Amino acid sequence: MHKVTILVIVLALASILLAACAPAATTEPPATAAATTEVPATEPPVTEAPTVEATPTSGGAAETTPVVPPVAGGERLQTIMDRGNVICGVHGTFQGFGFLDTNGAWTGFDVDFCRAWAAALFNDADAVEFRALSAQDRFTALQSGEVDVLSRNSTWTYTRDAELGLTFGPVTFYDGQAIMARKDIVPDASAGLDALEGANVCVQSGTTTELNLADQFRAAGVNYTPVVFEDQNAAFQAYEEGRCDAITSDRSQLATQGQAVLSNFADHVILDVVMSKEPLAPAVAQGDDKWADVVHWVVYGMIQAEELGITSENVDEFLTSEDPVIRRLLGVEGELGSKLGLSNDFIYRAIKLVGNYGEVFERNLASYGLERGQNALWTQGGLMYAIPFR
Amino acid sequence: MHIRAFWRDIRFLQAFAQVAFVLLLALAAGFLYANVSVNLARQGLTVGYDFLNNPASFGIGESYIRYQPSDSYGRAILVGLVNTLVVSALGIVFTTIVGIIAGIARLSSNWLISRLAGAYVGVIRNTPLLIQLMFWYFGIFLQLPAVREAIALPGPIYLTGRGVYLPWYEAMSAFDSWRVYIWLALASIVVIWFIFRAIQNRSRLPVPLWWYLAYLLVPVLILWIGFIIQPEPPLKESIPELAGLNFRGGLRWTPEFAALLFGLVVYTGAFIAEIVRAGIQAVSRGQVEAALSLGLTMGQTLRLIIFPQALRVIIPPMTSQYLNLAKNSSLAIAIGYPDLFSIAATVINQTGAVIEVILIIMLSYLSMSLFTSFLMNIYNGRMRLVER
Repeated sequence: MHKVTILVIVLALASILLAACAPAATTEPPATAAATTEVPATEPPVTEAPTVEATPTSGGAAETTPVVPPVAGGERLQTIMDRGNVICGVHGTFQGFGFLDTNGAWTGFDVDFCRAWAAALFNDADAVEFRALSAQDRFTALQSGEVDVLSRNSTWTYTRDAELGLTFGPVTFYDGQAIMARKDIVPDASAGLDALEGANVCVQSGTTTELNLADQFRAAGVNYTPVVFEDQNAAFQAYEEGRCDAITSDRSQLATQGQAVLSNFADHVILDVVMSKEPLAPAVAQGDDKWADVVHWVVYGMIQAEELGITSENVDEFLTSEDPVIRRLLGVEGELGSKLGLSNDFIYRAIKLVGNYGEVFERNLASYGLERGQNALWTQGGLMYAIPFR
Repeated sequence: MHIRAFWRDIRFLQAFAQVAFVLLLALAAGFLYANVSVNLARQGLTVGYDFLNNPASFGIGESYIRYQPSDSYGRAILVGLVNTLVVSALGIVFTTIVGIIAGIARLSSNWLISRLAGAYVGVIRNTPLLIQLMFWYFGIFLQLPAVREAIALPGPIYLTGRGVYLPWYEAMSAFDSWRVYIWLALASIVVIWFIFRAIQNRSRLPVPLWWYLAYLLVPVLILWIGFIIQPEPPLKESIPELAGLNFRGGLRWTPEFAALLFGLVVYTGAFIAEIVRAGIQAVSRGQVEAALSLGLTMGQTLRLIIFPQALRVIIPPMTSQYLNLAKNSSLAIAIGYPDLFSIAATVINQTGAVIEVILIIMLSYLSMSLFTSFLMNIYNGRMRLVER
C-alpha cells in the first residue's frame, strides 16, 4: 500500500512536470524563429492566412516579410562592430595564401584581405582573429557562424552558392586546376593528359579538385588511380616519396607549395593543360546582406585603388586630389561609407593599412614566381575589374 | 494510513531522480533538434537523402566492388564501407595472433623474449595511433624501394614503394560452375562436426582420434568427384612478376592499405597482449604446477589447462579492443586509404549534406560494432564456466 501511494505521488509529480514543460518546449522554438519548418505544423491557419490573403491587399509587403528567413541584413555586421574584431577563416598551412609562420605571424594573400576588412571597419589591420580551417570544415564553420568570413582559397561554384547557403564575394584570384608530374614521366609542359595513362595521382580530399580530376580524365579517356589525402601537405609528401606519378591542385598551389615542399622543384613540370576554372573568392553566410556588402566593396576598393595608382605609400597625397572619383573613393567627399553604416574613409583605411590589390599580390605571391596573368587589371588584359564607386 | 513526508522517502527520491533525469535528457535532445532545424531553415537548407542517387563523379583508388565515377554517391559510400570492413576484418584476425603471441611472450621465462615483449607493449601502448600510422606510411611503406629495385621475399612477396605484391589465386572461367563443389565440401565439414558431437553425447566418450581424418578426407573426396565431373581447374595460382614498369598478377596491397593494416594490428596487438597476459595470470599457479607434474608439456598445459580458463577473463575486454580497431580504422583518412570516413568526407564536401552523411557514418560504425559485440557475446556465452 505504501508502494502504491509513492507511485501515485511520483506519477502525479511527473505529469505536473510534463504538463509544465511540454508547452514551454513547444512554444519556445517558434518564438525564437517565426519562420521555421515547425510553424505550419503547430498553427497552420496563422501562417497561411497572411501569405495567401495579404498579397492582394496593399499591406502585402509588410506582411510577407516574416515568411522570408528572419535574419535581418546587418545583424552580423552589428555583431562584428560590437565585438570589435573580424573572425576570419583562413588556410593556415598554405604558403603565399594563408600561412602561420614560425614566429606566429599570419601571412598570405587571403590573410591580407582579412586585414583589409578589419582596417576598413576598425581602422586597425590587426583587429582580426584568424581561424585555420580544413577543406572539410570551412563551410560548416561559416554556416554555423563560427567565422564571419571565409578567405581560404575557396572556389566559387554554383552548388556551393546555392546549396550550402553561402554568398560569395568578388573573385580575388582567378585560378585553374593544373597537374604536376615528374620530368622523367612527362618531359615537357605541353604534353596532354594521355601522357599520364595508368598514373597514380595524389589529390587532396574535400576540394573541387577531386571532381575535376575524375571529369577530365574520363573525358580524355585516360585511366588513373587517385590517392586521396585529407591534408595537402601529406599529398605533397606522398608525391615527393614517389607514391604518385602526378599531383593535382590549383595552379597557384602547385607553384607555391611545390617550391616550399618539394626538395627539387626543377625535376617537376606543371602541365599547360587547364583542367578547370577555379575562381577563388571570399564567402559569407547567406542572409547577411550588409556584411556581404562590406566584404565585396572593400575588395572592389582595393582593385579600384590599383587602377587609380593609389598605394599604401602615396594614399595620403591623393587626399588632396581634385579628381571626384578619387575623392569619393577615399571618403574625402560624399557619404559612400555611411550608406553601409561605416566610416566614410573605409577604403582609405584599407589602402593605407594593407595596400591595394596589386600590392597584396606582389607582397605574397611574386616571390613564388606567380605572374599576374588573368589577375591583372582589366586595363592590362586581365580580369580584375572594380564596380564603380558612385 | 500514515504517509511519511515523501521528500524524505528514499524510494520516492530515487524514482524522482530518474524521472527528472529522463525529462532533462528529453529537453536537451529537444533543444538540440530545434536548434538544428531553426538554423537550417534560416539558411534555407533542407535535409534529405535524395542526393544519394546522384552521380558521385569522383574516383576511388581501391575498391573491392565494382565502382566508377559515374556511379551514385550511395555506391561510393558503400565502397568505403566495404574497404573499412576488409581492413577491420583482416586487422582483427592478425591482431589476435600478434596479441596472443606477445602476451605469452611477456610471461616467458626467457629474459630476452619477455623484455622484448614488454618493450613492445610499453612503446606501442603509450604513443598515439595517428603518429604510428604516419610512421608506418611515410616512414616505412613509402620508403620501400622503387618497383625495379623491389625487395624480394620468399613466396615470392615483393616489397615496393608502390605497394606489397603477394602471390594469390585468380578465378578461372570454370570457377562459377565449381562453386557448388566448394560449398558442398565446406558443408560436409559442418555435417561431420555435428555427427561427431552427436556420437560423443550419446557414448559419453570422445571419438577416436583417427576419426578426425574425416574432416580432411570427405571434402577432398567431394572436390575430387568434382574434378572428375569437370576437369577444368577453378583457380590458378597468380604470381606477381615484373612486367614493364609495374608488377602484374598476384595480390597487391597498396602502401596505404598496408600501413593502415600494420598500424592497427601492431597498435591493438599491444593492448591484446596485456589482456592475454592478465588472463593467463588469472589462472592460479597451482593449476600449472599440477598439469606439469602430471607430465603435460608446457604447450599442452597452455592449450588444455590455461587457455580454456583464461579465455573467460580474456574475451570481454578483447571484444572492446576489436571494436576499437574497427573504429580506429577511420584514421585512414590521414594516410590516403579510402575508407568509409574518407569517402564520406568527400561526399560531404561535394554535396554539403553534413548532417545526413554524418548520420550514415555513425549508423554504419554503430551497426558494425553491435554486430561484432553480438558475435563475441555468443562466443563468450559458450566459453563461460557452466555453473550448476
